[in-house]
This record gives sequence, structure tokens and C-alpha cells, in this order.
Amino acid sequence: MSLDSPPAASSGSDIPQVAIEASPPGLIALFFAFAKMSLAGFGGVLPFARRAIVEQHRWMSADEFNETFALCHFLPGPNIVNLSFVFGSRFRGLKGGLAAFLGLVGPPMVLVMGLAALYAHFGDIPVLRRVLAGISCAAVGLLVATVFRMMMPLLKRRELPPLVLMVAVFAAIGLARWPLQIVLLAAIPISLAVTFLMQKRAAS
Amino acid sequence: MNTDGNPIWALVATFGLMSLFAVGGANAAIPEMHRIAVDVHHWLTDKQFADVFAISQLSPGPNVLIVTLIGYAVAGLTGAFAATIAMCLPTAVLAYVVSGLLKGSTGARWPSLIRTSLVPLSIGLMGASALVVGQAADGTWAAVVLTLAAAALAFATKVNPLWILLAGGCLGLVGLV
Repeated sequence: MSLDSPPAASSGSDIPQVAIEASPPGLIALFFAFAKMSLAGFGGVLPFARRAIVEQHRWMSADEFNETFALCHFLPGPNIVNLSFVFGSRFRGLKGGLAAFLGLVGPPMVLVMGLAALYAHFGDIPVLRRVLAGISCAAVGLLVATVFRMMMPLLKRRELPPLVLMVAVFAAIGLARWPLQIVLLAAIPISLAVTFLMQKRAAS
Repeated sequence: MNTDGNPIWALVATFGLMSLFAVGGANAAIPEMHRIAVDVHHWLTDKQFADVFAISQLSPGPNVLIVTLIGYAVAGLTGAFAATIAMCLPTAVLAYVVSGLLKGSTGARWPSLIRTSLVPLSIGLMGASALVVGQAADGTWAAVVLTLAAAALAFATKVNPLWILLAGGCLGLVGLV
């Protein structure tokens, strides 16, 4: 399917284009789109962001989305927050990035501030204590499930070095409770070197 | 280093620096948040940390908003705002800059190399997160069983996580954990 403009339309740039290459979203549209996906995002915003950006608004193809998310995933910081800024800036520069960022972070932050105030006042009430105790147990369970999901591809490949690194980081942070910076400043170069050597050996 | 004088600056410095090391997202930085908020600064107790983790998982929006709750406990609304912006904005701007630099060089080798080498580290970090919060949350055997059941359910089925959290809350309400 060709997306080239028909010759008759190529002379004027303000002629509205059809369907998939819809006009880029404006600042307000970016803010509200990200606010909406963020407020819908219970237990993680990513699936909602993918649905809104790729399927609903068709602002990006699935491949473009994956590529953008991959970039935001290997950079530090909250991935989906990084994605909002990068995504917004693709369309409207720095302002677009800020608009998407504020849409994603602002409304749920206000909501969480409200919850924080409620917790500060009522957090010691026995009924609420029991409810929160139950929720935090379940929340830890969800985290454990995520860890095992992410581990499956690593286990299937049966390569020892990444597994050793994974366990070492787990032990250093979870058991020894060493500071994150120190552990990562050692672990990242080691993991880079190991991965590089493994890829080189696999290629030869 | 005396950061006790102004808690806002302590929050900004803590989370601004932490975000740069949050490889694999907010949930990977949980142990570091616990270490600093509970062990170093005594902003929260162990139980309160488990509580704010639960609240942040229950709320809509990115999981990183646990820092909003920590910030609020330290310095009210200003603290909540400062902690959130410090944790979110610098790395978002960094991502913006890097994505600009990488434009047109898709398929380059080193991003994939970096990504592959970071995966085991971020899994290890998230495992540590589960352990650290688990130790704070799971004080009884019933609590441990509830955690394991939630983990098995979330791993084996596609049940919406929100239902699992709410079910945990109900079991807590009737006094099972």
C-alpha cells in the first residue's frame, strides 16, 4: 500500500491527508491522550499506551512504538514517563514532550497526593491497616509474577552468565542491601563485556 | 553531608540521583527507595513503606508514583511534587536528548548490546524489590501464603492485576493476614 500523495494533492501542503497519516496531534490533544491512558492504567500504563497510540489514534505503527519503547527501556528512569516525553517531542518538539509528560504524570500525581493525604490522616485506623496489609501482600505477589515472566526467556536460552549476573544483582541489592549506584557501576560494565563476548562468540 | 536542614532538597537530590540509576524502571529502584527512606533517613517505617507500595500499585498511572507518597510523608504536598518531578523529569529529558541523537541510526549495534546486557540486571533488581517489600509486608505465614497465591494466579492466568489487589484487600479486611 503506497502512502505517497497523489500528484494533484502534492502542490498544497494544507490539504488534509486521509486516514492513517492523520494530522499530528496538538499540545492539548497530547496532554489529554496521555492523561487518559495514564488514568486508565491500573497495574502499568504500557498496554494502555500501546492501544491508544497504535490502535486508537494511529499516531505510530506497532514497529515504531516498539522501537521507541525499546529506547526508553534501556535508558534509566521510569520507562513509560520517558516514552511520553520522547513521543510528544516527535510531533511538537520540546513543548510536545512536556505536554505529553504532564498529561501522563500530572493527573495521577494529583490523585495520589489525595490518597497520601487520606493515608496520613487515616492510615492508623485498624480496618484500613488490615485492608492495606492484604493489598500489599497481593502487590508483592504481582511483582514476583512479573519477575518470573521476565525470567522465562532468559531461562529458556540456557546461558549461564546472564543468570549468574541476575542472581548476583539480586543478592547484592536484596540480601546485602548495598547501595544501587555502587552495585550498578560494577555490574553494568561486567554485563556489557560478557554480552559483547557472547555475541562475538555466537557470530563466529 | 547535612541534608536534614531542608527536606525538599534532600528529596530532590535523592530521587534525582536515583532516577539516573533506575535501570528497568521504577519497580527496579524499590530497594534503593527502601534503603534511603527507611534505613538512611527514617522518613518511613518498614510497615509504612509496604503501605505506600500497596497504594502506589493500586493507583492508576505509572508505578513511579510511589515517590509521590514518599515525598508527601516527608514534606506534604510540596514534598510530593518535588519528589515526583525529581524522579521523572531529568531522565525524560535525557531520553529526549538521546532519541534526538539516535535519529537516523536505527539498527545500530550498541543499543541492542546495551539492552541485552541490562535485561538480567533489571530482573535481579526487581526480584530484590519483591524481597524487600515482601519482608516488610509478609509478617505472618498467612501473608506469605497470600503473596504466593497472588503470584501464582498472576503468573498462570491473565486476570486483571487490579482484581488480585482488591481480593487481597478483602482478605485483609476479614482479618486473614
